[in-house]
Amino acid sequence: MNWLSLNWPQVIELTRDHLLLSAPALLLSVLIAVPIGRLAQQRPRIGGALLGAASLLYAIPALPLLIIIPALFGVPLRSPATMVIALTVYGVALLVRTAADAFGSVDPRVREAAVAVGHSPRSVFWRVDLPLAVPVLLAGVRVVAVSTVSLVTIGALIGVPSLGTLLTDGFQRGIPAEVATGIIATMALALLFDALLVAAGRALTPWATIRHERPLPQEETT
Amino acid sequence: MIEFETVSKTYPGQSVAVADFSLVVPSHRTVVLVGSSGSGKSTLLRTVNRMVEPTSGRVLIDDEDVRERDPVALRRSIGYVLQHGGLLPHRSVLDNIATVPVLKGTPKRRARTAASELLERVGLDPKIGRRYPGQLSGGQQQRVGVARALAADPNILLMDEPFGAVDPIMRRELQEELLRLQAELHKTIVFVTHDIDEAFLLGDEVVVLREGGVIAQRGTPAEILGAPADDFVRDFVGADRAERELHITTVDGRSIAVDGTGRPVGVLAP
Ligand SMILES: Nc1ncnc2c1ncn2[C@@H]1O[C@H](COP(=O)(O)OP(=O)(O)O)[C@@H](O)[C@H]1O
Ligand SMILES: [Mg+2]
Repeated sequence: MNWLSLNWPQVIELTRDHLLLSAPALLLSVLIAVPIGRLAQQRPRIGGALLGAASLLYAIPALPLLIIIPALFGVPLRSPATMVIALTVYGVALLVRTAADAFGSVDPRVREAAVAVGHSPRSVFWRVDLPLAVPVLLAGVRVVAVSTVSLVTIGALIGVPSLGTLLTDGFQRGIPAEVATGIIATMALALLFDALLVAAGRALTPWATIRHERPLPQEETT
Repeated sequence: MIEFETVSKTYPGQSVAVADFSLVVPSHRTVVLVGSSGSGKSTLLRTVNRMVEPTSGRVLIDDEDVRERDPVALRRSIGYVLQHGGLLPHRSVLDNIATVPVLKGTPKRRARTAASELLERVGLDPKIGRRYPGQLSGGQQQRVGVARALAADPNILLMDEPFGAVDPIMRRELQEELLRLQAELHKTIVFVTHDIDEAFLLGDEVVVLREGGVIAQRGTPAEILGAPADDFVRDFVGADRAERELHITTVDGRSIAVDGTGRPVGVLAP
């Protein structure tokens, strides 16, 4: 652990870089996958094709993807932008199906009742579908978060700094402590993300935790 | 006033759900549509708030075709109570009741205060306002459903078997509560049920439906019970049921009403 005591400022710096790559990618994945999932759930015919195509993105190997992106989006190869786009592609691919399932999990009777009492299509989405989809959606987002945090490390191969840099550098220079630090720090970051998401989920769905309790005793005043 | 003018509805790929149904529901009265399951009651009810568009015919509210109205605004102007409450499971009881006023732009705080008053009005303790629907009994949920329907003070209430899923004792309480509310509020109510006793209890006027939304008979409960139009109605209202067949016998100088099985059911008022 001598290595760490000498290099911790660099580890902190790389952790920050890692965070700045994974957090925007995760956010973008959610922002893109949720509308696609909702569309797929509402219009199964277009949606099925869309889901298939999106899921297929996950099959693109990472290195070619990192090379195609600069060509497609006009961003420099060794840039955080390339990395964020690539991570978003994988995140969306992982999340769309769960997003569609999340909207599919909303009781259609509840949605219909909401329409019948006068929710506009927009308020059905924001006030009914989206909040009720959160529990299932969150399960998917947790998977994507952990996957994104670990995928960030491959950015080191094209020279985008992250905790992955400790892995490539440690291997090249034969420093096992550096490699170990990279692995442990990446895992710790993934766990942190996960814990934050679980906490956010609890805060967003206070109704879900008590919903399955026995109804409380009658308290009619009549 | 609600007018159904030769309303028909055929769902895609189905046989006719409702054929040429015409009815006038006068303002401030309760009209009950009663019929067995699948007779088209819900379909008819839902043409009023445009949840179902008739295949032909039209529905008028105060002489205006509902198709002229924006569906969202129309629905907000009509109270709707469903069998399974249809409450939003992720919103507190108060927020559920305040749904329509909030959608219409009433400030949240004011809408919640009004919702709390409505809870009392439908016979619930305002303390339950902070709970979620999943924490309430079936009967309490239905009361909340009624409170939500009343929140925007609509002229019209549509009620689709609202008490169908609660136990008989609770159902009776809910029915009494509705009668009490209606005596105060004088809404125009279209109430749907398959329970003839409920129809007779609540309806100023009762419409007995056969399959396909065909009117078998309409009239006051007394008219229908007293003179069933045909065997279908006679059978449906149980006009021949032993408990409907009352006789008077005299016991110790008092007149006792006895049903067809000989069970005493009451004493004649002097
Ligand atoms: N959304 C729908 N799609 C297809 N068929 C329907 C739909 N809603 C009702 N029906 C059919 O229309 C008929 C009348 O149904 P409904 O109005 O729900 O009757 P009720 O409320 O009296 O039980 C039934 O045969 C039912 O299967
Ligand atoms: Mg029905």
